[in-house]
Amino acid sequence: MELVNITKTFHSAQGQTEVLKGINLTIEDGEFVTLLGASGCGKTTLLRIIAGLEEADTGSIILDGKDITALEPYKRDVNMIFQNYALFPHMTVEENIGYGLKLKKVPKAIQHKKVEEMLALVQLEGYGKRYPDKLSGGQKQRVAIARALINEPKVLLLDEPLGALDLKLRRQMQLELKRLQRKLGITFIYITHDQEEAINMSDKIAVMHEGVFEQVGTPNEVYYEPKTSYVASFVGDANLLRIDGELYALRAEDIQIQEGSHCTHKAKVLEKSFAGGQLRILLELSDGQQVTASRFGIDYDLKEGEVTQIGWSRAQKIK
Amino acid sequence: MKRGKKKGLFATSYLTLVMIVLYVPIILTVIYSFNANKSGTVWSGFSLKWYEELAGDRSLKEALINSLVLALGSCFFAILIATSAALGMRNRVSKLDKVMSYMSSLPIMIPEIILGMVFLGVFSFMNIPFGMVTLMISHTAFCIPYIFTMVQARLEGMERNLEEAALDLGAKPWEVFRDVTLPAIMPAIGSGALLSFAMSFDDVVISIFVTGARTNTLAVKIYTKLKTGVTPEINALATVILLITIIMVVLSEMIKERTKTKEGDSI
Repeated sequence: MELVNITKTFHSAQGQTEVLKGINLTIEDGEFVTLLGASGCGKTTLLRIIAGLEEADTGSIILDGKDITALEPYKRDVNMIFQNYALFPHMTVEENIGYGLKLKKVPKAIQHKKVEEMLALVQLEGYGKRYPDKLSGGQKQRVAIARALINEPKVLLLDEPLGALDLKLRRQMQLELKRLQRKLGITFIYITHDQEEAINMSDKIAVMHEGVFEQVGTPNEVYYEPKTSYVASFVGDANLLRIDGELYALRAEDIQIQEGSHCTHKAKVLEKSFAGGQLRILLELSDGQQVTASRFGIDYDLKEGEVTQIGWSRAQKIK
Repeated sequence: MKRGKKKGLFATSYLTLVMIVLYVPIILTVIYSFNANKSGTVWSGFSLKWYEELAGDRSLKEALINSLVLALGSCFFAILIATSAALGMRNRVSKLDKVMSYMSSLPIMIPEIILGMVFLGVFSFMNIPFGMVTLMISHTAFCIPYIFTMVQARLEGMERNLEEAALDLGAKPWEVFRDVTLPAIMPAIGSGALLSFAMSFDDVVISIFVTGARTNTLAVKIYTKLKTGVTPEINALATVILLITIIMVVLSEMIKERTKTKEGDSI
């Protein structure tokens, strides 16, 4: 799939908002691509344009060598998972999942067989006769996935599908989605604002900011070789440090304190805090710039106010 | 504790009052419809003769048929017009649309007698002969706002995503309407239809203005008969109408309950 120079501007009483400013992206078959960005960056609009629910002002969408830009949503080989699941409340789980096949007038017996397969695939055997309001959030999510996958789309679009779930369930569903994607070999385009989720699941991440892609790359590249200061701070919360007029991104875990001869920078410990299994140490360099270093464990024998020597093994030059 | 008792007392006295003011006359009407005596005040034994008389009264039968045709017909047309209007007005945000929307529900507030006058004026100006046609037009017109407001409220409460999801799953726009939109607004259409049926069935004020000399509805018939005093025959007729009304209310509640159990309390 290929997105070529897609732009979109919304007009409202308050004026114009340029939501997408020329989006280009090439997605390989079977790839898990994540659009990562804060809310309002245009990622949902882009997804809706791919699904055909929104029209782009300019640009084109190529799927399997065919231009589908002007195609109605119901003619596209693309299915979407909505953030709020969007299950039909008046249909049972079975009817929800089988809806796409019913529209295609697939014979009843085959419909039934495929629905059963889908229920098994998303581990919801025995839930077919229930109505959506009798399901938990995670179960609704699985029904939504099954309902989309039964159509065997070439591309599955997922709009923050795990946003409404609690952390534990979210981790579990992340693994499950990844498992499904590998098993079926379908291209996934996944939207999230959670950088951890993006890094966990994706083959490719496109970091989006104010309607443009700041950087497109593998999780490794985006994390360790951020190209812009936005990417550096949005993904993994890197330190931005100006040295000799150049800007560098510095990961908290790459900062060493009093370890070896390359710790040549003088720094004062300002604050120590413990969060998420990590000790975070806020340090101030002699020129007034602040950096955060992280360590595993609860304690570290530095006192607040103490002056020490720090250094780093890796710093990425950015724009 | 004390407060709870006070509340209980309040509720009990309120209920008693409602019972006395509303239900005692109704129950008396039902009882006296079985009275053998012609006088409305003296009880002289159980009898079904007023019901027999009712069944034998041809003009009454005609009026009943007129009323049913009118109520069903105006209900049907009102559903068609009100539902398409609500669908058409959906997600329109301009000022003009808002004004239109308010205007289409305003007639609920306008006194019926004024509506009747207005209809009378319009029909005589347009030279439409008074009778079933004029009745149908005016009843349809005053039923539209009820269905319109109900369907509109339902559409507003509906998740927009549902229709997009159907579209995304391969449904053409008319299939989206058939499979998603219509089932969602069906309860509103149903209860709106029942309400407007009841409104049309018991309407006197507007009907008197727009009916012709030869066309009588049941409500108008009762009204004209009452001019010569309450007869047991009318009591019997009132009882029959009450029965029909109760059946309608029960039906409407059943529709509501069914949609509730299907969609759950969360919606």
